[in-house]
Parts: sequence; C-alpha cells; structure tokens
Amino acid sequence: MTNGSPENTAGLPLNKTRFQWKEETIRGALFLCAILSVATTLSIMAVLATEAFTFFENVSLSEFLLGKKWTPLLVPRSFGVLPLICGTLLIVAGAALIALPVGLATAIYLGEYAPGRIRSIVKPVLEVLAGIPTVVYGYFALTFITPLLRSVFPSTQIFNAASASIVVSIMVLPMVASLCDDSLRAVPLPLRQGAYALGATSFEVTTRVVVPASLSGVIASFVLALSRAIGETMAVALAAGATPRMTLNPLESIQTMTAYIVQVSLGDTPAGSVEYQTIFAVAALLFVITLMMNVIAHHVLRRFREVYE
Amino acid sequence: MIGNMASRLDEKVGYVGAAAVVICLACGSQNAENGSGLSGTIHADGSSTVFPIAEAVAEEFQGEHPGIRVTVGISGTGGGFKKFTVGETDINNASRTIKSSEIALATENGIDFIELPVAFDGISILVNSKNDFVDSMTVAELKKIWHPESTVKKWSDVRRGWPNKRINLYGPGTDSGTFDYFTKAINGEERACRADFTASEDDNVLVQGIAGDENAMGYIGYAYYAENKSILKVVPIETEAGPVAPSVETINNGTYQPLSRPIFIYVTTKAAERPEVDVFVKYYIENAGALVTEVGYVPLPEEVYQLVLGRFENRTTGSAFLGKKTVGVDLVDILSSSQQLGP
Repeated sequence: MTNGSPENTAGLPLNKTRFQWKEETIRGALFLCAILSVATTLSIMAVLATEAFTFFENVSLSEFLLGKKWTPLLVPRSFGVLPLICGTLLIVAGAALIALPVGLATAIYLGEYAPGRIRSIVKPVLEVLAGIPTVVYGYFALTFITPLLRSVFPSTQIFNAASASIVVSIMVLPMVASLCDDSLRAVPLPLRQGAYALGATSFEVTTRVVVPASLSGVIASFVLALSRAIGETMAVALAAGATPRMTLNPLESIQTMTAYIVQVSLGDTPAGSVEYQTIFAVAALLFVITLMMNVIAHHVLRRFREVYE
Repeated sequence: MIGNMASRLDEKVGYVGAAAVVICLACGSQNAENGSGLSGTIHADGSSTVFPIAEAVAEEFQGEHPGIRVTVGISGTGGGFKKFTVGETDINNASRTIKSSEIALATENGIDFIELPVAFDGISILVNSKNDFVDSMTVAELKKIWHPESTVKKWSDVRRGWPNKRINLYGPGTDSGTFDYFTKAINGEERACRADFTASEDDNVLVQGIAGDENAMGYIGYAYYAENKSILKVVPIETEAGPVAPSVETINNGTYQPLSRPIFIYVTTKAAERPEVDVFVKYYIENAGALVTEVGYVPLPEEVYQLVLGRFENRTTGSAFLGKKTVGVDLVDILSSSQQLGP
C-alpha cells in the first residue's frame, strides 16, 4: 500500500496527459464526423453554383425564370423553367391537399382518441409506410392508381400529375403524422385537464386547446412535408410523365424539376453542353426553394412556439 | 452356364454402351470447342426498338452456348451510345445511324466500331382502335401536328371534317432513335418537335397509352405495332400511289415512305476480338433473317446479310452512312461501296 502510493503519484501526470491525448483524439474524430456533412453541403453548393453560373453565361436569368416554354432537348431550344415549376407545384399542391389534413387527423386520433392497443398497431404500420422505397410508390402509381383514375375519369392520361400526387401524399403522410403526433404529445397534460374541467368535449379540447398549443410543431411538420414533396423524384419521374407544360389539370402528363434532372442524367445529352448544364440550373433552383422552406419551418418553430415550464 | 453367357452378353452390351457414351462425349466436347466451351458476358444496350431482335437472338444464342451470358439493356439509341462510346458496352442497338458527335466521342476514347444493319423497321403511325374517322394521313398533316410551332390541339385542326375533339399525342422520348428519325423524316430536322406530347422510352407504355385513350395519336417501331395489332389502329400514309400502311411487304419493297429505315447494331473492335463476341455477332447475322421475322420486323435481303457478314469478318470500321440519308436507301449500294474502302 505504502509502496504503491508513491508510484501512483509519480504516474499520475503521465496518465493524465495520455488520458487527455485520448480525449482529444476522440473529440477530433467526432468533430470530423460532424464537419463531414457541413463540408458535403458546402461542396454541393459550390458545384451547383459554378455549373449554374456557366449556364447563366449562355442563358439569361430572366429567360430562365420567366420563360413559359421548356424545350432544352428539342429544336428550337427554349429555357423557360416555369412549366417545370408549375408541374412541381401541381404535385405538391395535390399531395398537400391529402397528406396535411389526413396526417394531422391521424396524429390527433392517435394522440387524443385512440386506445393504446390501436395506437400500438397503427404507429408501426405508419412507419413501415415511410420505409417503402419511392420507386415502388412510382410503380404503384403507374400500375394501380392510374388505371383506377382512368376508370373514373376516362380523359386521364397514362402519365398524369394526379396519381403521382396521390402517392407522394401517401409518402409524406407518415412524416406529417409522426411529427404532429410528437408536438401534440408535448402539450402538457394539465392544459388538457384544465379544459376538461371547464366542461369541454374531447373535440373542443383538441381543436381549441391542444392543436393551437402545438401549432408551431404542426406547421413546421407541414412545411417539412411540403419540402419533401418538392424534392420527391422517383415516383414523379415514373408516374407523372416527361411533358413540361403549364397546366393546372392534374389528369394531364406534366414534368417536375426533379423528373427533368433524372431524364437528362440518364439520357444521351452530352456532358458540358448547355442542355446538360440545365440540370445544374434546375437543381440550384430546387435547392434554393427547399432551403427557403426549411428556413421558414425553422422560423415558424421559433415564432409560434408556446413554452410551458 | 447360361447365367454366365448372359452376364458376358451384358458385359459386351456394357462395353458397346460405354463406347457409345465415349463417342457421344467426344461429340459433346467437340461441340463445346465450337461454341459452348466459350464463356463470358456480352453487354448490349441501346434502342428499345431494336430490343426485341436483340433479346430473341440473345435467347437463342444462350440456349446453344450456355457458358456465355448476354445482357441487353434499354437506354434508347442515344443513351446506349453514351455508354458505348466510353467502352462500357460491347454492342449498341441503334434505330438510327451513329452521329458524328458520337463518333468524335468514340475516337476520343479510343473506341473503334463496326456498323452492322440487321433489319428494316417502319415507324408506324397509330391511333386508338375506336377512332373511326382517320383512314390515312399525309406527311404534310403529320408535320402540321408534330412541328415545333404546331398549334394543333384538336382533330379538326388537322383536317376539315374531322371531329372537334382533343388530340393527345404520344411518342418516344428524346433519347430514342425513333424520335430522332421521325423528327428528321417528318419535320425536316432532327429533334425539331413540339414539346407537349406524352413521351416514354418504353414502347409498351406508349402502346398502353394509345390503346387506352380514344383521342390518342402516336408513333412507334413496327414490331410493337405488329405485336399489338388487335388493340391499335394503324394509319396508312398517303403517297402518290395512294395510302400505304406499314407491313412486311411495303417496308421491304420500299413503298412505305418516308418512315421505313434500316436498324443497326454497333460492335466495338475491341469487343470483337473476344471470341465469345465474335461468335455471337456471326450468329446474330446468320440467324437475323428468321428471328427478325419472328419478332415482327422485316429482314434484310439475303444478299445484304452476306455483305454485312463480310463487313464484320473484315472488321470494316466506321459508318457507311455518315452524311448520307438513310431515308429510302439501297443498302446493297452503300454497303458494297464502303466495303471497297475497307481494309
């Protein structure tokens, strides 16, 4: 014992530096992991910016943003991106129309009404829905939903925005439901109990107290779902078609920004040509739009946040 | 004693049997040396129009040469050339001839190729089977519908007397050789085309689209029409001699104009050095006549197949069609003239 303690005191500073060195290494490694995603984002932005810049040397920004005709692969070429934006918005609007109300309603049901057993079944099933590959959704739309739509509306084209919208809504539904569910559950129990004590019905408690109290989370989930719908690629490339056109008719074939990028990336467009650079311009625009949506979601979360402590 | 005899007899039969087996094995191994002994994978890609032929040939061939695997992709002619010109694929199926820009790309990457016509196709103009008013169309009417500035939205815009109903257009996508060929033949310039048609690289999707849409009009390769005759209505093209519908006869004798065209395979010389590719391509040319008919295309005349085989055996590289029209060409003329230029 007495022999051991001097040894220990002698070894302590050495041990400490080795210990510190180890800590430093771990800290550094973790920092590298964290910086990796930041670096990836920055390099993607740099590539998009430089490639888009070369594109805009050939095509003016106003022609790109205001032109109503998108035919970079045809003769004569035309670089108006509005038809692609229009197609994307048509898909997003359709998906939002279905996914947002149904998602919120699902969350309300699961959080406020459903008995524990049903909740324990529905929640995992919703999560399975989120795990289905989007290419499967695309084929589901093409081979199941489109024929269904055609039997109801005979004028439906074989590729159409409606069936793509429907599958995109199914795709983002679990996200809306699960995020809404989280924010509804974050509302403290005393708030509900207070409302019940005042004689409110379940419905009144939900619509007047719980949902308003969790509004920030609900809206943020909506915005995130919309931004996911904007970026959705595989299903719309398969089911919505490759016809860039300004239309509000969901039964027609359209093309979204993402589907256009797929078409050019897989096709025979020679790299380095203006036609090829269009995909970087479109991707940059897509990036700006989804970035804006995420910033909005972030602000909404902070602005409307009700803090109960 | 008798038993002994019997067993001896058995032995004798056994020997004979064994000998027969040995002889058979010898035959087998000889066969194997001729073909089945080869192994490897041949990568083909490209046109969806040529795909039915390539698939049929690949299937038959693999039956006889089980050691060789042939994969056939569908990326469209242009999409296929994109891979072919960087050496990713051995064979490209093409429903048009190689473009000078693609040749430049190939040269840049050190790829030499042999161009081999394998069949005739007639791009078929189709409408829905319930369409009872379209009996024929002129090339001018086709151009009126498909040219880039076209304002045609209804059938009545095309010809007076046709109903005031919407016209929905279907056609191959921009990676397709059929698209390139059609736009060149009808609108006068490759890729000059209106944008608002339903496009797909998959001809089966177009067949489904046209078959399910009463107001549809579109165009696809002849084989896909031939396979779906019962659910589609073909539109004859007005010529000086009257309306002509695509058929084996009219495509072969050149009266179906201007949408008859030869279709090709391109083989890299590097791949052709591999024995399995050499055997496959020879098999392809020798059996094309029968298999092409089977899948619904029109075979080339026997004389042309001989020229094509010679072209492959001599490893004649380059395109015989560069800068030449493929609309209504005489293949014998073109191939034999370029043959003389070959090595």
